Parts: sequence; structure tokens; C-alpha cells
Amino acid sequence: MMRIRHLLLILATLLPAAAAAQEATHRYGSGPVPFLLRSTTDNSIIQPVMERFAERHPQLAITYEQWGSNALFAQSRADCRVGSPPADAVLSSAVQQMVWLVNAACAHPHRSPAALALPPSRRWRNELWGVTTEPAVIVYNKQMLDGADVPRSRFALLDALRAKPGLYRGRIATYDIAASGLGYLFAYSDSLEATTFGALLEGFARVDAVATCCSAEIIAGVAEGRFLIAYNVLGSYVANASAPEVGTILPEDYTLVLSRAYMIPAEARQKAAAADLLDFLLSPEAQELLAEAGLVTEIAAADSGLAPSARRSIPLAPSLLVALDPNRRALLLKFWSDTFGSGGGP
Amino acid sequence: MAEPRPPLTLAARVLGAVLLILLLGGVLVSGSAWLNGQQAARQAYDRILLGAANDIAESVRIQAGTPIADLPVSAFQLLAQAPEDRIYYAVHGPGQVFITGVDPQTEIHAPEGGGGAGYFEALLNDEPARFVRVTRRFAERDFSGPVEVVVGQTLRARRAMTADLMLDALWPMAAAGLVLLVMAWVVIRTALRPLDAITADLARRDPYDLTPIATGRLPRELQVVLGAMNRFMGRLDGQVEAMRNLISDTAHQLRTPVAAIRVQAETAIAEPGGDASRRALDRLLARTRSLGTLLDQLLSRALVVHRTDSAPRLPVDLREVALEIMERDDHALLAPGTDLRLEIGEDPVMVRADAFSLGEAAGNLLGNALRHGTPPVAIGAERRGGDAILWVRDAGPGPVPAVMAQLGSRFNRSAGTQENSTGIGLSIVASVAAAFRGRVEMTQEEEGFRAALVLPAAQEGA
Repeated sequence: MMRIRHLLLILATLLPAAAAAQEATHRYGSGPVPFLLRSTTDNSIIQPVMERFAERHPQLAITYEQWGSNALFAQSRADCRVGSPPADAVLSSAVQQMVWLVNAACAHPHRSPAALALPPSRRWRNELWGVTTEPAVIVYNKQMLDGADVPRSRFALLDALRAKPGLYRGRIATYDIAASGLGYLFAYSDSLEATTFGALLEGFARVDAVATCCSAEIIAGVAEGRFLIAYNVLGSYVANASAPEVGTILPEDYTLVLSRAYMIPAEARQKAAAADLLDFLLSPEAQELLAEAGLVTEIAAADSGLAPSARRSIPLAPSLLVALDPNRRALLLKFWSDTFGSGGGP
Repeated sequence: MAEPRPPLTLAARVLGAVLLILLLGGVLVSGSAWLNGQQAARQAYDRILLGAANDIAESVRIQAGTPIADLPVSAFQLLAQAPEDRIYYAVHGPGQVFITGVDPQTEIHAPEGGGGAGYFEALLNDEPARFVRVTRRFAERDFSGPVEVVVGQTLRARRAMTADLMLDALWPMAAAGLVLLVMAWVVIRTALRPLDAITADLARRDPYDLTPIATGRLPRELQVVLGAMNRFMGRLDGQVEAMRNLISDTAHQLRTPVAAIRVQAETAIAEPGGDASRRALDRLLARTRSLGTLLDQLLSRALVVHRTDSAPRLPVDLREVALEIMERDDHALLAPGTDLRLEIGEDPVMVRADAFSLGEAAGNLLGNALRHGTPPVAIGAERRGGDAILWVRDAGPGPVPAVMAQLGSRFNRSAGTQENSTGIGLSIVASVAAAFRGRVEMTQEEEGFRAALVLPAAQEGA
């Protein structure tokens, strides 16, 4: 009980501080109608898409705010609760937080042929839509890892860790799930998906795997050769890192697929423009631009031929609320730290 | 001002009534289907809700003296049976201490009273939702007390299921209603076809055509109507016929006496003061007197024909009719000094008829007997079996057979007969007899010749 209280207390003290913490702001178009989009996506990645949209809608003056996912969640939740003017649209990779917002009646519904054509796992209540397709991948350094040694699945990775602990010691990287929302989401999904999760954590602990916070750092580490293998890295970041030494594997046992979630806040002022942006993002033209930006991965065409049954979308559904549950989070973090702490040890 | 609507057709009225009944039935069935659907949806989703709440309650464990919920995804997969619905869950320890939940700032508490599983309804972020509360009691070494789990869900899936169930139930009903309507239409058309036929028949009919309409294969109700109409037309036909007869009789009967009167008058003028003139004046007087009688009879006959058609049938005692004739003393004028007797019994001789017409008939019978018969003359009434008889008898042999054969017809005034003949008198008797379903009987008896009006006797007391 005390621990949870502490956690909440820490969250409560942290969130207001983070509330005004957008990382960067960019502007597209110079029309008379202001339009505010808050997103967790790097502006540099999404820029071509936003430019095309601004071209199509010259009446809009688009402000693109780049946020950290937790700060964005706190801000959106506060806007929804207090009723202060929210963003006109929110696009976040922390889909569990978006599900929470929709569940708390903070979203505005929209129906259009493009939105209704989405599969059920990428749509909830016509208030939340998954606009991208990004797999969670295993990346490796092509120079330092032989073709035969490249693990094609989690089982292969486990076997490799057992067979050559010396080779991998200290050279496996993954997200620190306590620090990274995305890492937590992947770990949570892994924990639902298969029993390999526990074994994998133990394996990581045995070889003193490095749990770190950020995608860029992990990918750079693999490119430089500091890490041989990084587990559960978002594919889009790898595509944008333009590091030729880094190879990508879609695990054959199953590959988690994340769709960044798009939401129109209930109190948004430019709901029509937000709906236009959604329809645009789902249009073939924008999807092609997103694919070029690495945000949409045609999984069948990837270098590893992946069976359709191995593709596990993280569904936009209320069951994601479990991922946000404080008790559940505490339990998973405890399991994580216990395993890492006991196995590896600094 | 709006023009008054034309009255609806019978078929439209019946069809309208059927439609109304079907609509009312439809509304009732819809209401019941909706209630049923709502109940089914409520039961189905309440079970899911309870299952999820129990799942969550089962997942609560005590860790270092603190209850902690290891939230099972299965509970949420259960709730995802209603994929479009928003979810609420919260776990509270003793004293409503928050353990975990979807949002610590949105607290929904069950209404007071009643432990264990209880459903209730409340608003979840301004949307109506249904909740269940499950309480699990712990009695561990380091923790004891109730842990309360509240799980709720908005109502979209329930409403969709209710609508689905209702539509599923209503589609066949709507189809059945349509079939019933078509059947009702066919039945109504079939039932009303005779009416249409009659309507068409009447529309086609010549306004002077008073012949009866065939009622052969018509429904009984229509037969009654048509029977009444046919009777009415028959009576009209009779009246028209009687009027025609009166005109033709009058013309026929009056032409000869009027011509004779003119001749006598001319004779009297041509030879004034002479013996011939005197004779002619005498004849003129006799002729005019006889013409008066004839006119009386013609009018009396017209009146009788009219009355027999229109006057109500009332119980009449034939003895009274005979008595009245006796007392009228007309006979003293016709044949002064004639012996006239009345022969009536103790019992009434009742018929249903018109007293005036009977009087006229009896008067004419008596007149004939006094004029042509042999005294003494008797008048009487008697009952014989089912017949009530009003008769007049004289002591003579009756008319010659040649005259007998012609009796009763309207035009029996041959050149040889006198103006004050029996002709019109007997035709009145015959008309009265026909009108009251009786007959005229002429018999030669021991006492003499008897002319009788035989009518069906009325039932006693009727």
C-alpha cells in the first residue's frame, strides 16, 4: 500500500512539472485558422506528411507540438478534466494512455469511410484510430554478428544467450521499462503474449543486459558495436536512424505491431479540420508518405518473411487499461527489477 | 371552407379497421419485444459484468499486509464482449481506501445497503452505465476485512443487442402483418362482391323498371335488404297499376253512360213538352242516378285498392262488419221493404284486415244480392276450420252460368248488361279477397245462392 501511495505521490509531483513540457514546436501553413496538433512523433520524421497536409488545407495555420508521451497524457487529461482548451488533435505512440483518454470520455467521435475501413484492432468507438503500422523488432549489428548467429525468433535468442553467454555479456540492450513508456507497453504485451517473457528476462539478466531509456541511444549503440543485439526496438526508429550497420529482424514466433493512436479531443475547436487530418493520414497518399518515413511497415515485404499468424497488433481496446493499472504496473516493474536485480547484479 | 370529403367505401372502412387493429397489435408486440430484448440483453451483459468483477476480486492478494490486485486481462477480455463500451473498475479496501482503479479521480460508489453482488446504474462520465459490486472478505494473518470491487460498463452493446433482438422478433411479425393485410383485403373484396354486383345492377336499371331484383345467391343480410326493397317496389308497382286501372276503368265505364245521357238530353231538348220528352227526362234521371252509383263504386274500388296496399292490418271481427252493414240501412234505399236477416254466432270471427275495405266488400255483396237476388236476403259471418267467412245469401237461383264465368273481372259490362251491374261491385270483393289472401266463393245451396268472402282466420287473441 505504501509503495503505491509513493508511486502516486511521485507521479503527482512529476506530472505538473512536465505539463508544459513540449519538446519542440513547428509550424506548417499560414492560413487564418489555427490548428494545434500534439504528437509524440519526431517532427523530422513526420514532416513530409504534415507539409503535404498543409498544402492541401491552406486555410490552416498548423502548430505541431512534439511532446513526451507522459507529459502529453498528463496535459490531455488535465485539459479534459478542467475543460481548458485542448489540442485539436492528439497523436501518440503511448496507445494505452490514448485508450484511457477515450475511456474517460475525452474524445470526439468521427465516422468516415476511411476510418470505418480500419480493422477493429485499430479502431475503438470511432473515437480512436491507429494510423501507423510499426513492428517491435530485434536489431543487431551486421558487421559483428554472423548471418548464422542472427536470432530469427525469441527462442533462437534465448538459445544464443545460453550457448554463448560470454559473447553477449553486457552487449544486449533493451528499454528500461520503468523509464520508457514504449518499453513498458512492449514488455506488458510480451507478458500477455507468451511465457518466453520470463525466460527472456532471466536470460537478459544472466548476460548483464543493459536496460536503457531511449530508442536513439539503443540504435546508436548497436550501430557503433557497443551492443550486438537490441530487443523490442520500434522499427520506425531503426528505419530513420539511417545506420547501414544495423540489421532488423521481425521475430518469427510473434511480432508486436504498434499503431500510433489518433484522437480528436471532445472539446477541440477545429474538429472538422482534425477529422480531415485523420482521413488524410489514412489516405493511400499519406500512408505512402508514412511508409517512406518508416511509420508504416508493410510487414509481408520485410526482409524476414513473417507468417500472418505471427503478427500481433497491440489492439486499441479497453483491455489496454490493464497496462495503465497502477497495481499491475507496480507488479510488472517489481518482476522486472527482481529478475534483473537477482540475475545480473552490477 | 374545405369541401366535405366523400364518404368512405365499405371496403375502405373495414380495411381501415383491420389496419388499425394490426397497427395496435404491432405496437403492443413491439413493446413486448423491446421489453423482452432489454431483459435478455441485461441478463447477458450483467453476467459478463459479474464474471469480470469476480475475476478481479479473485486476483486480489495480500502482499505484506496490503491488498493488491493483479488485474487479469481475462476480465477485460470478458468486458470486451461489448467492444464499443467504456469501462470502469475500482478496487477499494476497508473504509473505501483506494487500492486500484481506472481513474482515482472518478469514483463511483454503489448505493448504500446490501452486501455481496449488487447491480446498480449510474452515470459514467455523463454516459449512462451499469455497474456491479462484488465484495470479497479476507481473513488473513496480516489483513482482514472486505475488499470491494466495482466494475461498470456503458450501455451501447446492451442497446444494440436489445435493438437486434427486437428487430429479429419484429421482422416476422411485420411480414405476418403484411400477409394478414393482403388476406384481409382479399377476403373483404370477396365478401363485398355481391354488394358491388347489386350496386352495378341498380346503377344500370331503368328508373321505370319496378321488377324485383334477383336475390338468389346473395348473403342473408343482403337478402333481407333486397327483399324489403323488392316488396317496396312491388307495392309501388301495384299503386302505379291501380292508378292506371282507375284511369282506364273510369274512361271505359263512363264513356257509355255519359254518351247515353247526352242522347237523352238531346231528345228532351228536341221534343220539348212532349210525351217523348217526358220519357227521356225520366231516363235521364235514371241514367244520372246510375252514373252516380257507378262513380261511387269506381272511387270505392280505387280506395279499396289503395287501402289494401297501405292501411295497416288490424284484427277485425267479421260479425261486426256484417252488423255495421245491417245498421247502415243502405239496403232500404236499394230495395225498400226487402226482408234482411242477420245470422251471426256467439263467437267472434276474427281476421287481420282493413275494416273499411271489408265493409266495402260486404256492402257490394249485399248490394248485388238486393239488386239481383230473390228475397229474403241474409248476411252473416261464421268460422269454418281455418277460414273466416263473411257471406250474403238470397233465396234465388243465382246468376246464369254465362254471367258467373265473367264475375269478378273489371270489364264485364257487355252491351246487354245494365249500368248498375254486379261488375265493379264483385271486382271490389275480388280485390279485397286477393289483398287479404282470401277468395270469393259462389255456391248454390238449399236455401238459395250464397256469395261469400273467405279469409284466413286470425289466431285467437292475435
